[in-house]
Amino acid sequence: MSLPLNTFTQLENFGHSLKASSYRIQIKKTEDIFEAFQLAKKLGLKVTPRGTGISYNDVSLNGGGIVLDISGMNQILEWEPASGVIRCEPGVTLERLWQFVEPNGWWPPIVSGTMKTTLGGCLSTNIHGKNNFRAGPIGEHVVEFTAMLPTGAVVTCAPKKNADLFHAMISGLGMLGVFTSITLKMKRIHSGLLSVDAWHAPNLSRHLSGLLDNAPHYDYIVGWLDTTARGRSLGRGQIHGAQQLKEGEDPNPQETMQLKVQHLPDRLLGVMPKSYLHYFMNPFMNNLGMQGINMGRYVTGLRRHTFRQSHAEFHFLLDYVPNWERSFGRGGLIQYQSFLPKETAEDAWREMIRLSHQRGLPSYLGVTKRHRPDNFLLTHAVDGFSLALDFKVTDRNRAKLSQMLQDFDRIVLEAGGRFYFAKNSETSCETARGFLGDEVIARFKKLKKRCDPNNLLESDLYRRVLG
Amino acid sequence: MESDWHNYNDSFADNYYIHVTTRIAAGSFTWQDGHSALSKDGGRVMLECTYPHMDDNVSVSPKPAPVSKALPAVTPLNPRRRGIIIGASDGLGAALARCLAREGYTLALLARRSELLELLCDEINRASNENRAFAYHHNVAEYDKVPDLLRKIVSDLGGLDLVVFLAGVNHPPGGMDKYNFENDRKMIEINLIGAMAWLSPVAEMFQSAKAGQIVGIGSVAGDRGRVGNPGYNTSKAGLATYLEALRNRLTRHGVNVLTVKPGFLKTEMLKAAQGVTPFAIPPEKAAEDILKAMQKRKQVIYTASIWRWIMLAIQHTPSFIFRRLSF
Repeated sequence: MSLPLNTFTQLENFGHSLKASSYRIQIKKTEDIFEAFQLAKKLGLKVTPRGTGISYNDVSLNGGGIVLDISGMNQILEWEPASGVIRCEPGVTLERLWQFVEPNGWWPPIVSGTMKTTLGGCLSTNIHGKNNFRAGPIGEHVVEFTAMLPTGAVVTCAPKKNADLFHAMISGLGMLGVFTSITLKMKRIHSGLLSVDAWHAPNLSRHLSGLLDNAPHYDYIVGWLDTTARGRSLGRGQIHGAQQLKEGEDPNPQETMQLKVQHLPDRLLGVMPKSYLHYFMNPFMNNLGMQGINMGRYVTGLRRHTFRQSHAEFHFLLDYVPNWERSFGRGGLIQYQSFLPKETAEDAWREMIRLSHQRGLPSYLGVTKRHRPDNFLLTHAVDGFSLALDFKVTDRNRAKLSQMLQDFDRIVLEAGGRFYFAKNSETSCETARGFLGDEVIARFKKLKKRCDPNNLLESDLYRRVLG
Repeated sequence: MESDWHNYNDSFADNYYIHVTTRIAAGSFTWQDGHSALSKDGGRVMLECTYPHMDDNVSVSPKPAPVSKALPAVTPLNPRRRGIIIGASDGLGAALARCLAREGYTLALLARRSELLELLCDEINRASNENRAFAYHHNVAEYDKVPDLLRKIVSDLGGLDLVVFLAGVNHPPGGMDKYNFENDRKMIEINLIGAMAWLSPVAEMFQSAKAGQIVGIGSVAGDRGRVGNPGYNTSKAGLATYLEALRNRLTRHGVNVLTVKPGFLKTEMLKAAQGVTPFAIPPEKAAEDILKAMQKRKQVIYTASIWRWIMLAIQHTPSFIFRRLSF
């Protein structure tokens, strides 16, 4: 195997705010991974696995090195409709997965806000969904996985088999080995629809208590936060709690579980193709425009209401407007997500949102969720909440934004918070050490030395936060 | 000579120089391992070793703190472009390196003269207070070494957005009636084939990535074959044609190819030019012109810009007049 120059590719993050050129090698089968490791070793290059490449940051970027594109390893290997256990290759996307299992009355136990993610990527970052407070991260639903280590060894891990590696490779950012097959347990559903309650929260305090108090009554809960509201309304927003329908509640489950019911419409009002929508959103992507849009959204959601929504529509909000991230313009966008214990979250986020107003750098979109801790090595979870803030990046605001996010990091660390390695793009080495702790990093490095003695696996993210 | 081993452990050797002074006259002698420098000190031979082998006159001094070679972390809020400058040790190359580093580029600087390069990198890194320039020793005539070196640099820089080829030599034959094939050959080997050895793999990579920028430094001397220096004219004309061909291939893939045609620059090479050298500009001025042209993604520029008009006139001078001129 050689490294042809025409594999050189410019890769980006989801927000189009980061570019890095690498040699992209398409992986079709397990042996290709081994060959790629051998090649990298021979040429002195580093390797990073990459799925569909839609993380917000540099977790799947490896400037100047080799990127293993595993999206071609996308076969579903085994499916047992009776027990809901499925074995897939790592390049299978959540989209393929839910469309495959839903007609049989199953749904993936954990999904991200977009269905474009691959299972390999989901495990590497240990994604969570809107049911994190109940179901934990995706790692808790993995029955078993196999992975190839840079040494060429293929390991099988399960919660009780190679448990240390199991809990480190899930959340391990692809830096210990490359997944070759993943076995997951699906979740039983009795309808293709969810029952959704929507209500508003007039301020941050009510917003967080709304999430905390209502979470036990729902399967899924998620908040939208008006990042532009100030004063007494600071932190106001809207909360959506969703419950799965129980057996018998949906008179026609076979019909609602059909894919056509789940299909996200690709035209707005049946006329305008949604793929053009981002051009029309672009003019509103400034402080004033987003203040208007956030306010409009809050006001229209004031009435408490209940409705039924398909699984796909409820979960995959990020896919509702294709290429919406393009509307952020040339500089793209970044997301800053912080996870805070329920005791300190309110004060810390109030301080952060105020700071963003003072500095004229309001976030354009805020999303809150309820979380619980898990026992994976590089975990981001806390017994509390998360707040994800989207920021537009421009040539003029880079320095100011960078300074503000450093201040955010300090506030979050002081409040005992954590960060998620699929999201934040500015986390420094010191910040990572601040919330992971030296002991966890030492344990991870020890496993890394065992699995990857030649340090072949390195991503831009790894060099930035753990290098 | 004593041949005892001292028992210094690794961490001690990491942090201290160990000086061993002997009375042996300077000459060739072999140590078993570890010596890193050899210098004369008042008739004595001073050896700096990691593991000294003898007993007499051992002294230690602390090593300076290691200089970090780490790249600054590249993030959406701290974006970096990465560039290679081939032929960066002095003149226009050094000026362009300083100019691009100020713009925030991370640069690999290549040249034959390592000491000059190291000094330049040091200067740039100290001025920007972070590691922006890295030195690579390279002789453009060693074409076979290009693929490995290119891959190493791209890996070290963390990507590649820009390649500037400005390595060039000028060996005039020394008069209208003198001919020197060896000189002509050298100029073609460095100025033209050297450029092709670098730009051919770079073009393939940029075409594949659908992004990138190539800058080639030609010369006004390439616009017309003249009596003074046929070999140099040919090398620069060939380079300009090669760059034009790359441009025609790559523009459709989103890659910009800029040909720069400097007139006289106040550099070492100016000394090779015979006769008058009108409109000579300092290399810093030319570097700024190049940066501006890069930002505007131009195709061909002259620097100083007046040369565009001078060369227009020269290019359109009919041959029956031109071949009677002695310039």
